[in-house]
Amino acid sequence: MPRMKAGETREIQFRLNGREVTVRVAPRDLMHDVLRHRLGATGTHVGCEHGVCGACTVQVNGAPARSCLMLAGQADGQDIRTVEDLCDGADLSPIQAAFRDNFALQCGFCTAGILMSLDALFARDPDAGETAIRDTLSGHLCRCTGYAPIVRAALQARDSIKGGQTDA
Amino acid sequence: MKDLGNETLVGRSVQRTEDATLLTGRGRFIDDLAVSPGTLHLAFVRSPHGHADIRSIDVAAARAVPGVTTVVTGADVRRLTRSMTVGVKAEVECWPMAVDRARYVGEPVAMVVARDRATAEDGADLVSVDYAPRAAVIDPNATLADDAPVLHDSLGTNLINERRFRYGDPETAFAHAAHRIGVDVVYPRSSCTPIETYGVVAEYLPGEGAYDIAANFQGPFSIHAVVARALGVPGNRMRLRTPPDSGGSFGIKQGIFPYMILAGVAARLAGSPVKWIEDRLEHLEASVSATNRVTRLEAAVEPDGRITALDWDQIEDCGAHLRAPEPATLYRMHGNMTGAYRIPNLAIRNRIVLTNKTPTGLNRGFGGPQVYFALERLVHAIARDLGLDPLDVIRTNLIPADAFPYRTPSGAIYDSGDYPAALALAVEEGRLDELRARRDAARAEGRAYGIGFACVVEPSVSNMGYITTVLTPEAREKAGPKNGAQATATVAIDPLGTVSVKVASVPQGQGHRTVLAQVVAEELGLAVDAILVVADVDTARDAWSIASGNYSSRFAPAVAGATKLAAARLREKLARVAASQLNIAIDTVAFRDGRVVDGNNPDNSVSFARAAAASHWAPGTLPEDVGETIRETVFWTPEELAAPNDRDEVNSSLCHGFIFDFCGVEIDPDTAELRIDRYVTMHDCGRILHPAMVDGQVRGGFAQALGAATLEEYAYGDDGSFRTGTLAEYLLPTVHEMPDLLILHHETPSPVTPLGAKGVGEGNCMSTPVCIANAVADALDSEGRGPDLVLPITAAKLSGLIHPDEPKPSEGVRPAETDKAVGGGRKLTGTGAAEVDASRQEVWDMLMDPSTLDAIIPGSHGVRKVSDTEFEAEVTLGVGPVKGLYTAEIVLSDMEEPEAVTLSGVTRGALGTGQGKGRVTLTEVEGGGTNVAYAYEAEIGGKVASVGGRLLDGAANVVIGEFFRALATHAGGGAGSGAFSRMKVRARTGLSILKSMIGGSR
Ligand code: FES
Ligand code: FES
Repeated sequence: MPRMKAGETREIQFRLNGREVTVRVAPRDLMHDVLRHRLGATGTHVGCEHGVCGACTVQVNGAPARSCLMLAGQADGQDIRTVEDLCDGADLSPIQAAFRDNFALQCGFCTAGILMSLDALFARDPDAGETAIRDTLSGHLCRCTGYAPIVRAALQARDSIKGGQTDA
Repeated sequence: MKDLGNETLVGRSVQRTEDATLLTGRGRFIDDLAVSPGTLHLAFVRSPHGHADIRSIDVAAARAVPGVTTVVTGADVRRLTRSMTVGVKAEVECWPMAVDRARYVGEPVAMVVARDRATAEDGADLVSVDYAPRAAVIDPNATLADDAPVLHDSLGTNLINERRFRYGDPETAFAHAAHRIGVDVVYPRSSCTPIETYGVVAEYLPGEGAYDIAANFQGPFSIHAVVARALGVPGNRMRLRTPPDSGGSFGIKQGIFPYMILAGVAARLAGSPVKWIEDRLEHLEASVSATNRVTRLEAAVEPDGRITALDWDQIEDCGAHLRAPEPATLYRMHGNMTGAYRIPNLAIRNRIVLTNKTPTGLNRGFGGPQVYFALERLVHAIARDLGLDPLDVIRTNLIPADAFPYRTPSGAIYDSGDYPAALALAVEEGRLDELRARRDAARAEGRAYGIGFACVVEPSVSNMGYITTVLTPEAREKAGPKNGAQATATVAIDPLGTVSVKVASVPQGQGHRTVLAQVVAEELGLAVDAILVVADVDTARDAWSIASGNYSSRFAPAVAGATKLAAARLREKLARVAASQLNIAIDTVAFRDGRVVDGNNPDNSVSFARAAAASHWAPGTLPEDVGETIRETVFWTPEELAAPNDRDEVNSSLCHGFIFDFCGVEIDPDTAELRIDRYVTMHDCGRILHPAMVDGQVRGGFAQALGAATLEEYAYGDDGSFRTGTLAEYLLPTVHEMPDLLILHHETPSPVTPLGAKGVGEGNCMSTPVCIANAVADALDSEGRGPDLVLPITAAKLSGLIHPDEPKPSEGVRPAETDKAVGGGRKLTGTGAAEVDASRQEVWDMLMDPSTLDAIIPGSHGVRKVSDTEFEAEVTLGVGPVKGLYTAEIVLSDMEEPEAVTLSGVTRGALGTGQGKGRVTLTEVEGGGTNVAYAYEAEIGGKVASVGGRLLDGAANVVIGEFFRALATHAGGGAGSGAFSRMKVRARTGLSILKSMIGGSR
């Protein structure tokens, strides 16, 4: 990355949910702010801005990443995916459907980050066991559900993705 | 879903209406809403001191930042607002921003308005506040001492209110009792910390003289009156709106209201709408906390364990200001102070004190955790002192089933329940016998295993008048009675005959929209997804009242109940319309599958929409007594919620659920880790409207209670410094900490709510912490009471209990240590030494030369020599993510040229304060080098101490370690590297000390 000065801005380009976007950023602009307030992708939420809660998790080249710990400039040339891309049209993806079936969300503020982490997990390891699922979930704080329904939803989602079903 | 019979919708776990939107990232939370063009952004300057006079505020540099439009201070706030209403009679002002004096760390001191948030924060960094720190007091007992620093001079004391109550004849009961058994309890501070923080968008409309404020506020809307009064506008000029979605609250978002006032003032002065989203540090240090409380509770006890009287002495710590609706935390439970037990005599002494901590407010469980921790620890103590089984003591005292409705001595009317039956069911289905066998087996192997119990009455639907119990009956008389709990619901039909529901319940994830759709769909024979529910509030347009909002678990009993009544009224009218359309008798009309049918002849029917829309299209065809069917608004307030009477008896809540918990825990002998082996929680929350949501409420409440019991504490230093400013210090349970939970139900419908439902969301916050504590006590001491336990029961605390004489880690390399500092801040100490290749005099001269210092102090923007022994420096330093500008004053003393010198420093900056002392000793070594030895002691306060705590120790180490490595390299590199660079390295000896005082690392 070229070195930039405070106050200077630069145009960056990246893929957001399959579409090329171009946006002018300052060195200190954080990824989540650019996604939410510049590009209108408000599905990604911010809970702590210091990397603990996981609410802001997006995928960078398929791997989960905290958008609050990422400078927007780092997105240049990367492939970024957010919760808005999980489903096609009106149909929920298997993970989303499993969350609905299992009452795995209440306020829904933590949910986008969890969905993005699980989506990345199942893409990497379609047979992820409960331990791997719990390890993934341990990077996310949910204050509403007590987690048990989220674990159930994740297990259902894994099975439904493996079974090739799209509607759980 | 369409094939569901209408009679059976309520009570089913239908899919949530809310989820499709939330799961696809289309929720509309406060920070997602579009704002007017030209909206500016707000950042706060906050006090780094627990207690300090504000001598002056210099805003010139902040105003000069391009993009900053307005800087607002306490003086502006005082000029444009009135002091916020305080719930007790007391000579005290309560401002939303510090005026002349800051009384807690994080208290707003100034606000900066700018074109974007980052610029506003740039400006905030440049607001220079001259503080004169005062002694702080953070302990509720200490604040009552004669020599305690007084927070509010006008009050002259930190005891803002005291009342004593007496019900029955407690003195005689104690005099005649076989035993007098007591417990002392210290209940700490914690908070349910939603993942979404506060957010406000405020606008001032000069033409209307009105404020228009959107905030993720949760209610109660009695606060609307507080805000309107503070802003000095009539109620109808204070429009308050809530966003459609809110990311959790658990009571906490009640506490946003001071920021509504502040954002309103900022918008007015800036002449533009202003937006503010709270960050996590702001949330942790300065949003709102549950109260901490010190309690002495005594019981008069018969030999069989029967309790004949209770004597409560509670000291409630509400922080720096008594903010509305406090002291509600203390009085919410007033009717329930005897818990689930039939105890006829009761004495209560309530003292409310102020300390240099964040003001308190609503928090899930609201008063229950504090009360039941004492009461159920007492039951455990009674059992152990008398050699009884705790469960038998519980059984002996439980209110019997035939006593309902049961009036407690302090005036609550327990509406329904069968506590012994619920308990028996839990013991059986939760397999207590088997758990006891596990405990015995574990103990036989020498393992520390314990079982704990807790019994709780969970109040819901607060009486809006209970808080006036804090006033004497005479004062209440003067002020006029306050009581009730108005719930409102509107069911409306549009011209296409579809049904909308509007309530003022302001959910934060509880699924209100789903449940109301269920209730109305069932009543009108429609599909759940045919009903549209709006649950957010616009005070300018909606039906609302002071009790509106989402708190005291009022949704299922009150709001859903009111909705049921509105739907039933509409149904009744529509039946008349349809009867005339179908030409049948009214009592044969049925509502089924989207049609209104003749119950005797299903072929004779009309679509619901057609019957429903007639009021719009053909009002003339409606039967005369129907009026219209366009909109039905119901206001419902239960008559049971009377004002406190002249004997101070108060039915503080409408509904009273029951919870009985037990659990088995084991403490790891090596790591002191607490493992919850089994947790059983039995609930009687009346009729269950949606089992999966009730399950979710119980689990979610349990998780928060587990956090309060084992992890979470808002920790303060004695100087008022705040220690837990990130989620890395304030630890929330993750999936790994959650044990399996067995949730059981025993339903006794409430006779006083339209649907028979009671609240359920708060109970485990009341029962779980003490249940776990009792189990831990049992694990630590199978015969006696066990030690006094103070939450959170962390592994560190348990380790001290199970390994009391464990030796301290052996001395060797001494890292920077954290310790309790004299002044109460976060203290760091360290020592070190190195040999360098330069003479003592060379090193000495460097330490005295400002230009050298400037060149070598990391981040220095200039060092000025004030006198021979005084320097001033401006430095930018960072610890982890926290970086800021500081001014440092350095004083040299005890100078023994060229052998030793003491450096004392004080640093101040937007991010905090530091002070410290270091002694540098220079000794000659053979061959011409110098041994530079140092010992330092530093103390850090303000933001760096809140967020950097865990980083500081390491950071100090790294800096010092790096210095010595570099020093050694340079010294070893010899003369070739030049005098300056040699000096530079060496000079950092002293400067590292300064730097570690400030907490810098880089
Ligand atoms: S907002 Fe990024 S981890 Fe919390
Ligand atoms: S659903 Fe509210 S924080 Fe997880």
